[in-house]
Amino acid sequence: MSDSTTITIEIDGKSIQVKPGTMLMDIADDNDIFIPRFCYHKKLSVAANCRMCLVEVEKAPKPLPACATPVADGMKVFTKSPLAIAAQKATMEFLLINHPLDCPICDQGGECELQDVAMGYGGDVSQYDEGKRVVNDKDIGPLIETEMTRCIHCTRCVRFGIEIAGLQELGATGRGENMRIGTYIESALESEMSGNVIDLCPVGALTAKPSRYTARAWELTHHDSIAPHDCVGSNIHVHTFRGLANRVVPKNNESINECWLSDRDRFSYQGLLSNHRLRDPMIKVDGEWQETDWNTALEKVRDTIADTKENSGSDQMGFLVSPSATLEEMLLLKKLANGLDVSNIDHRLRQVDFSHQNQQPKFMSLGLPIEALDTIDAMLLVGSNPGKEQPIIAHRLRKAAKNGAEISLINHRDYSLSMPLHCQLTESYTGLVSLLAEVAQSLPGFNATSLPQEAKALFDKAEPGEDSRRIADSLNNKKISAVVIGNQAINSPCYSLIEVFARALAEQTDSTFGYLTEGANSTGACFAGIAPNRKLGGEIEDRSANTTTMLSEPRNLYILHNVEPEYDFADPVVAVETMIKSDCVVCLTPFISDDMKIYADILLPIAPFVETSGSYINIQGKIQSFKGNTPVENTQARPAWKIMRVLGNLLHIDGFEQLSSADVLQEFESELSAIKADNQANITEVCVLDSVDSKLLRSSQVNMYRVDNITRRATALQKTPAGQEDAVHINSNTAAKYNLNNASRVRVKQNSTAVGMPLKIDNSVADNSVWIAAATNVTKKLGPMFGVIELEVD
Amino acid sequence: MANLRDGLEKKTLTTLVSSKAIGRIDKWIDKYPLEQKKSAVMAALRIAQEENQGYLTTELMNAVAQYLGMPNIAVYEVATFYSMYEHKPIGKYQICVCNSISCMLNESEELFHYLQERLGVKPGEVTQDGRFSIKEVECLGACTGAPMVMIGKEYYENLTHEKMDKILESLN
Ligand code: SF4
Ligand code: FES
Ligand code: FES
Repeated sequence: MSDSTTITIEIDGKSIQVKPGTMLMDIADDNDIFIPRFCYHKKLSVAANCRMCLVEVEKAPKPLPACATPVADGMKVFTKSPLAIAAQKATMEFLLINHPLDCPICDQGGECELQDVAMGYGGDVSQYDEGKRVVNDKDIGPLIETEMTRCIHCTRCVRFGIEIAGLQELGATGRGENMRIGTYIESALESEMSGNVIDLCPVGALTAKPSRYTARAWELTHHDSIAPHDCVGSNIHVHTFRGLANRVVPKNNESINECWLSDRDRFSYQGLLSNHRLRDPMIKVDGEWQETDWNTALEKVRDTIADTKENSGSDQMGFLVSPSATLEEMLLLKKLANGLDVSNIDHRLRQVDFSHQNQQPKFMSLGLPIEALDTIDAMLLVGSNPGKEQPIIAHRLRKAAKNGAEISLINHRDYSLSMPLHCQLTESYTGLVSLLAEVAQSLPGFNATSLPQEAKALFDKAEPGEDSRRIADSLNNKKISAVVIGNQAINSPCYSLIEVFARALAEQTDSTFGYLTEGANSTGACFAGIAPNRKLGGEIEDRSANTTTMLSEPRNLYILHNVEPEYDFADPVVAVETMIKSDCVVCLTPFISDDMKIYADILLPIAPFVETSGSYINIQGKIQSFKGNTPVENTQARPAWKIMRVLGNLLHIDGFEQLSSADVLQEFESELSAIKADNQANITEVCVLDSVDSKLLRSSQVNMYRVDNITRRATALQKTPAGQEDAVHINSNTAAKYNLNNASRVRVKQNSTAVGMPLKIDNSVADNSVWIAAATNVTKKLGPMFGVIELEVD
Repeated sequence: MANLRDGLEKKTLTTLVSSKAIGRIDKWIDKYPLEQKKSAVMAALRIAQEENQGYLTTELMNAVAQYLGMPNIAVYEVATFYSMYEHKPIGKYQICVCNSISCMLNESEELFHYLQERLGVKPGEVTQDGRFSIKEVECLGACTGAPMVMIGKEYYENLTHEKMDKILESLN
């Protein structure tokens, strides 16, 4: 029976109800009818250039490509008739004419679409004995290996660049026999999602460079996991070879990462294989590092903890925890801290403004499902560069922007998100708050009475320009809108003021307010109470302690969980100095480094991502658990939750009887299922703006490939143009003002620190602002991410 | 890895071609809706090429891309697809010899070889004095006058080796 919205067609004798206009290929796929294909991909536009999907359609004089043939009422399709098969075989023969017979040395062998389809449709003897085409390879960067002679010109990789990454870097140059897929001018791909072309390429033309020639597809074991580098929680498959992570590929999850993966999530696994892996527990005895066994090390930790508590008091202990630690680790750490009466515990390592911490919501979240970003109509992003920080979020917004959504940015620097933007405003980090005040000012009927004094003053002063008005209008007039503050807003010295304005704007324009946070598990950290003002379960108490207070007066004992102070704090220099001054620093860490050998006293090797089980709560509040695999050989590393359990028992604290990481969660099951990501809060306490008029101000973003200890050791990512980012960026106005127009290097001074760095004149940076990436090998010797800075010719 | 794009993107089209050429390109841009100004890419490349002794450079292509708001690679695609764009220096007179069916039946191949011998250059090369280069092209729609060549914007038809000699001399 067919009504007006559906029509009936027949494929291989099976009658099917379909929506008019759908392509035959999609219907066949939905009905488990196999049609061979190369250029077709469900997430890409139809190119219909490979012709592999030819099928017979009744009354059509010639076979038709299923991927580009819309259905019509009464259509009768034959996918396996003699005509269809003959057409498919003929296409296959043509495709194989120029394809090399190098499957035995091709990484794609065993998981190659061309190989698979050739098994079904290829002839066993080639009729072709002329010369084959040979194509020179181009180096397109450290992530993707090219073997372009194998390319069958399906253009999936080209369409990916245009349609998904928003950045066309690969193209088809030349024509006919001389057509080549490539970059034309040798250059490394820059898209932060470039690795997806490896999955898309149906042949072995584009393969993963870091894992090249290391294993055959059928030798790999497949494990499901969750990517640990951003708050999205992309679903992944980790492929291991003889127990070691060999590569990572996306696991389809339509509501999170779809079938895509950021390069960071795809290639970070290399960090696990770093030769910086800590193999055994180690203790420093009279300044000398010694390897030891677990019992000795843990007893030493217990004694030190007991000693500090006894003699100096609990306040002399501090727990600093990575925002990418698993929920289980965080829960046990909090229990440990509670049992020891320690309130100094924090995961907000790069945050500096804590003025409003006691008024923040129970859970920080995006406020809406990640999937909902696709259909948003307007968004204002503040202090955020999702392209580098949460590439999947940027991809979702790109989709929305393509459908006409108005995406506006207010940042310290123009960020190209490879999408059409509605508006982009930039200012130094203090000026950024004024920009928000201007947007508020341009909102008709904005009610400023509820603003805290400091914010109200800025509001009254604001003189909105045309662009602020456009942003206000867009939030006001569009149906589904959101105001989201990102990593750089959260790390800004003006965080509380930014949040106040962002919330007010959201409230008064009926928009959703949300956060994009650091690490993979900041929301989990809220839940586990990894902050001095949060209880186990997330409830907020009135406390003023925070990371900064914990570092400003060195404590006797620090427990660092998965943290490297030289990179992971707002002010790496202060963090390292504090660690050195402290009596004892215990590091739970998968890696050892030269810096660590200086400030640490006890090192406990923990199993990192892939090797340990656990859970993350992503930015939409979704809990995703993953299993652990075998740890790397020759290491004593243990899952951190087990180490914490043993410590809990050694210290005679209750509640450490868990037998698995799942047991840890079990205890909180009902609370966890009640997580409400609603971001409700009323903020009245804000920071006081320092007077920094006419001073040069540094603003910063953590280098995308240096966000955590694993990524920093992922060798291929480090070699990409983004991984090498290490320059001082100022715009030409600033350069002229400070006489730096012709300088190629500058000496950068911040507080008591100074380093020499290359200078880049870059007009994406706001006036009077200096933009320097954080967490690099150079900037670890420099002052805080945001602050007053001086430049002079080096 | 060094990114070659960095050094190249710097120059804008206005610094690379004359203001007259910019005026001509703008006229083409005006023919299309504003959001589709990339439709002017073929004309822009042709004009840019004329301004650069008949051939394109990566710098010029990048400048065209920037001028029209296109990704560089999208311009490379166009510029390498059509045979009328040159990517290496050409002679003052570029002789385009038709190789398609009518001309071929009328011995265009021999003509092509003759030209190579006489001028001492292969396709893609330029004579030492910089005056001549030769190129094989597809049917130019002058089949009734086969075999034929195009030099600059002129067609020369019904050619024999002797006729070709005379033409070359007249260009001297
Ligand atoms: S490189 Fe791969 S994905 Fe790109 S066109 Fe060639 S075969 Fe298709
Ligand atoms: S899959 Fe239909 S033409 Fe390529
Ligand atoms: S075949 Fe030479 S002009 Fe047509």
